[in-house]
Amino acid sequence: MLNWLKQFLKSIAFWELLKGMRVTGRHFFVKKITIQYPEEETPKSPRFKGLHALRKYPNGEERCIACKLCEAVCPAVCITIDSDESSDGTRRTTRYDIDLFKCIYCGFCEEACPVDAIVLTSQDKYCFENQGENIMTKEKLLAIGDQFEQEIAKDREADRSYR
Amino acid sequence: MREWLIQNYPEWPILWKVVLPVVTIGIFFTCLLLCVAYLSLLERKVIGYMQVRIGPNRVGPFGLGQPIADVLKLFFKEIIFPKASNFYLFIVAPILAVAPALAVWAVVPLGEKWVFADINIGLLYILTMSSLGVYGILIAGWASNSKYALLATLRSAAQVVSYEIAMGFALVGVVMAANSLNLREIIQAQSGSILHWYMVPLFPLLIVYWISAVAETNRAPFDVVEGESEIVAGHHVEYSGTVFAAFFLAEYANMILVSSVASILFLGGWLSPFQGIPVLETWFQDVPGLIWLVIKICGFLLLFLWFRATFPRFRYDQIMRLGWKVLIPITLIWIFVVGGLQVWKVGPWFT
Repeated sequence: MLNWLKQFLKSIAFWELLKGMRVTGRHFFVKKITIQYPEEETPKSPRFKGLHALRKYPNGEERCIACKLCEAVCPAVCITIDSDESSDGTRRTTRYDIDLFKCIYCGFCEEACPVDAIVLTSQDKYCFENQGENIMTKEKLLAIGDQFEQEIAKDREADRSYR
Repeated sequence: MREWLIQNYPEWPILWKVVLPVVTIGIFFTCLLLCVAYLSLLERKVIGYMQVRIGPNRVGPFGLGQPIADVLKLFFKEIIFPKASNFYLFIVAPILAVAPALAVWAVVPLGEKWVFADINIGLLYILTMSSLGVYGILIAGWASNSKYALLATLRSAAQVVSYEIAMGFALVGVVMAANSLNLREIIQAQSGSILHWYMVPLFPLLIVYWISAVAETNRAPFDVVEGESEIVAGHHVEYSGTVFAAFFLAEYANMILVSSVASILFLGGWLSPFQGIPVLETWFQDVPGLIWLVIKICGFLLLFLWFRATFPRFRYDQIMRLGWKVLIPITLIWIFVVGGLQVWKVGPWFT
């Protein structure tokens, strides 16, 4: 009986509704968590898997030795590699294509690579305007590697102690 | 202004008989439309803040240009007429929705002298006009020839009719207390102090009125008529461009209207809340009544938005239960209470 009365009084006084309004009312004054994208960005982990790149050694020599481990491990089968003997007698790729439409950014290629040649940079802003631009050729990948080498090295350095 | 025109241009009766009213009405509607536009921005901002977002802030400082951009966008959009719709009714519906929503404002007093038509059945006129608004929704749903719109129509017909009864009874209490249907006289009957306002003796009626007002304007949590998650957008699902803007305008104008009616009937309209308090009364003596009215209206409008940010949508049968089994009995009981208070001349209200 007492319980029933309590329930009745509560519903008459809109108790539950007022409680709900108190929650939203409190949130009105809470600090807003919106990140205003072009001006602000969310923090990014050094392990972020973004656009691919092929790295070079500090002396300018290509790291990739065309072992094709990345091609073999790629679950999306987006890497295509042809190899040949280069002029200095080393084994090099003549073709290294990554289809970014197929790629799922799992990072297995980077894990498989014995010489840290193929890496996923932390670049997340890129787009394709024409058909065919989604195929990253060896030249493009090397250029990206050259452009972001410092960043790539820094990210690898930050993650080294966990590997 | 009117007297000045009569004195200086007695040979031009058209000036004060036609031009002046038209100009004032034009100014008033422009202000009203601006209020509607910025109410939509306020709504997005307030709901955003309550959801720990910041709302629109890209167009102009603090997003103040957003409503203007929205209006322009709506005007330049194509109006699509569904092939299977009834063309004439399809056009008439938004007009029927927006015309009463604007016509009601004729009797709403914004100050002692600031009213277009000081008629002695003002409250009745408001009730009539606001119940005409439902025909816009009904015809829109029928003319669209779409199942969603038709469902919305069914819902809105039942909901608005049910809540109109509760609303009418809530207003009966006010009329009994004020002994008048004239809005100016109702406000003047509340003068004295903040305790003289009808929200004190008629508090349950204020609650009932407010709930039915929210239901009447089809706002959350009574927005089964629109019900985005169930029936897309309800009655205006087939409308686009300017005709959609008409429905939007009608909804928001009605929101402002029921807020101002609530502040006029229960919170003493343009009366200052510091009336009768020795020191504060003289301090705030020079504040025009319009400011107080606007503050009260804004409070009610904020409640609208607060409700929308808080409550989930009512189920259809719960709406009916609340309307018929809770609100109407409460109003009926309180009408008897008001009658009793009136007979025994209780307190500062019924003398």
